[in-house]
Amino acid sequence: MAPGILLALLGVAVVAWIAYNGVQNGKLFWVVTLNGITLAALFFVVAAGFTLIFGLMRVVNMAHGSLFLLAGYIAFTLQGTLYGVSSNLLSGTPATVVSWIVPLVVATIVIGLAGVLMQQVFLRWNQGQDLRQALITIAISVILADQMVAHFGGIAESIQQPAAWPDSVTVLGVHYGFFRLVVVVGAAIVIGGLLFLVIKRTRFGMIIRAGVDDRSMVSALGVNIQVVFAGAFLIGALLAGLAGVLGGTMLAVQPGNDSAFLLDSLIVVIIGGMGSLGGAAIGSLALGLVSSYSNVYLNFGTTDLTNYSILLTFILVVAMLAVRPLGLFGRPA
Amino acid sequence: MLVLFLAGAPSVFDSFTLSQILTKALWLGIAAASLIFLSSYGGMISLGQTGIYAVAGFTMANLVHAAGGRNLGWDPWAATAAGIAVATLFGVLCGAIASRSYGIYFLMITLAISVIVFYFFAQVTTLSGYGGIRSVTPPAVIGNPVINPLPLYYAALVASVLVYVGIRYLARTPFGLALQGIRDDPARMQALGFNVSLHRALAFGVGAFIASIAGILSVWYTTQVSPGGINLAQTINILVIAVIGGLYRLEGAWVGAAVFSTIDNYSRLWMPNVGDWLGPDRFETVIGVIFLVIVLASPGGLVGIWESVWARRNRAGRGPTESSGMPAAEEVDGVVDHPAAV
Repeated sequence: MAPGILLALLGVAVVAWIAYNGVQNGKLFWVVTLNGITLAALFFVVAAGFTLIFGLMRVVNMAHGSLFLLAGYIAFTLQGTLYGVSSNLLSGTPATVVSWIVPLVVATIVIGLAGVLMQQVFLRWNQGQDLRQALITIAISVILADQMVAHFGGIAESIQQPAAWPDSVTVLGVHYGFFRLVVVVGAAIVIGGLLFLVIKRTRFGMIIRAGVDDRSMVSALGVNIQVVFAGAFLIGALLAGLAGVLGGTMLAVQPGNDSAFLLDSLIVVIIGGMGSLGGAAIGSLALGLVSSYSNVYLNFGTTDLTNYSILLTFILVVAMLAVRPLGLFGRPA
Repeated sequence: MLVLFLAGAPSVFDSFTLSQILTKALWLGIAAASLIFLSSYGGMISLGQTGIYAVAGFTMANLVHAAGGRNLGWDPWAATAAGIAVATLFGVLCGAIASRSYGIYFLMITLAISVIVFYFFAQVTTLSGYGGIRSVTPPAVIGNPVINPLPLYYAALVASVLVYVGIRYLARTPFGLALQGIRDDPARMQALGFNVSLHRALAFGVGAFIASIAGILSVWYTTQVSPGGINLAQTINILVIAVIGGLYRLEGAWVGAAVFSTIDNYSRLWMPNVGDWLGPDRFETVIGVIFLVIVLASPGGLVGIWESVWARRNRAGRGPTESSGMPAAEEVDGVVDHPAAV
């Protein structure tokens, strides 16, 4: 149990260091914490879909990041073509609530349907061959990534938030972005709550939970498992689409975000355990806070190690795997 | 015979073809061979090979004279040895982390390793220069591959043959046999007293050693190394090569790499423009579609197709013939679920 003790000591040291810095500069600490929490909220929306699909169907959807990015591009294009919204301050029209919500809804639904289509055409007849399914989704993500560069170019774009919304809110004495804090975190909480209710309280959720535990038994009890699978894939892809629009408004829509958010989803579910919604929430929070704190607090007087912050994410994953190979709430398949 | 043909290839092909297709296919083949070694003998499909060969390439490039990076001015051979050693150690470490996971979990953890290595070198510009390390000094024997591609071609050919023979030899040692046993049934091997995790971690180290050879060759080939060359796309390219060739056939590594670099080259020349969908720049789309078709149609890859056609002809003609080849290949026909830990 030596590695466990070492890790615990390391954890205590890290917390002490952050607390020390927090006392030194309270405002900075609060902003950094909010950065971490808002990032975590976005991670959660992306990873919830990923972990749901995996938990029920054992499909690792390597195209999840591509769906995320494609949703951003669809919403961005719709905002431009339908409403003439652009980020150009001189010639563009600012976005209204409608010209933000409509692209969001359309992009989310399109991505949801695209996910179901992908599942029905490519994955349905390979049920149970998880590696082959992963390879298929990798192939799809390669094609999608290249086509997105061809159609949308390589420049970072961003979806405009409604101009009527305030730019910032004041929390505990600091100004913080309204969209990040209220909209994204709010969306994550609502989605988390809804998913929880659907999974714990509805018949569909009951079937999903049973399916995670024993697929063949559920199928033998007369449930049309194919419909359930398609439904789960729909929800998973819808979440990727929604997160793509949220992320495209909060950060940017650009090539490379597909792999970045695929990696984030992977890390979240590796930490939280595959197929667990609560695990996804905790994993997102851990990843968001670690990447946010390490970007600022890896600075020890004269030695600035913030460049190496990505290594802390690696250490987080390693530490988790060393203690619990299946993640916090993961169960063997 | 193939090796003899390849040894004589420089007299047949012009230096452009030699360098752009054959040399590239050879080093990409070695990288893919490290993946196929792990998948066919260890039952581990790893996406970490690109991260590992990046570690070898960057270590070597930082140690020798180069523009950007640390520019430490070591002897190129010493730097090469150091690069391979560091990458192999890194591989054993990653193997120790990943070795308790199986199947799809293993795939995801190794993918995370590759992507994290990419972000590491993209962020830490003291080690990767701004936009990469250029003009990396190769050993005098290799010289500048742009001026004379022959020495590097032969170096890559010799390395490929050594890797191939080495893996085939290793598969017949007690370690290799135990590894294949673990691939087929980890629980039983554990019960027989084998240290399953240790074997898998060491196998990952062997794979890392092979991948690091490819990493060194790739730096000599392009005379530079940059984070852009080790991104997720490249990680997936190595997997694509292995799948096109055949995930469970060692020869498939070089078959896949040859197909890959040929398409890479010629699709840029003759691919017609079809709206925004296809064109000379849409190589990734072409390779993605080929990858998709192969995964859907023949999980054994091109070598798998070749072998099944050959087997059918033999069956129709002279009855079953004695099959030669790897002990692993015959049992595993295509992508199958390897037994998970119980």
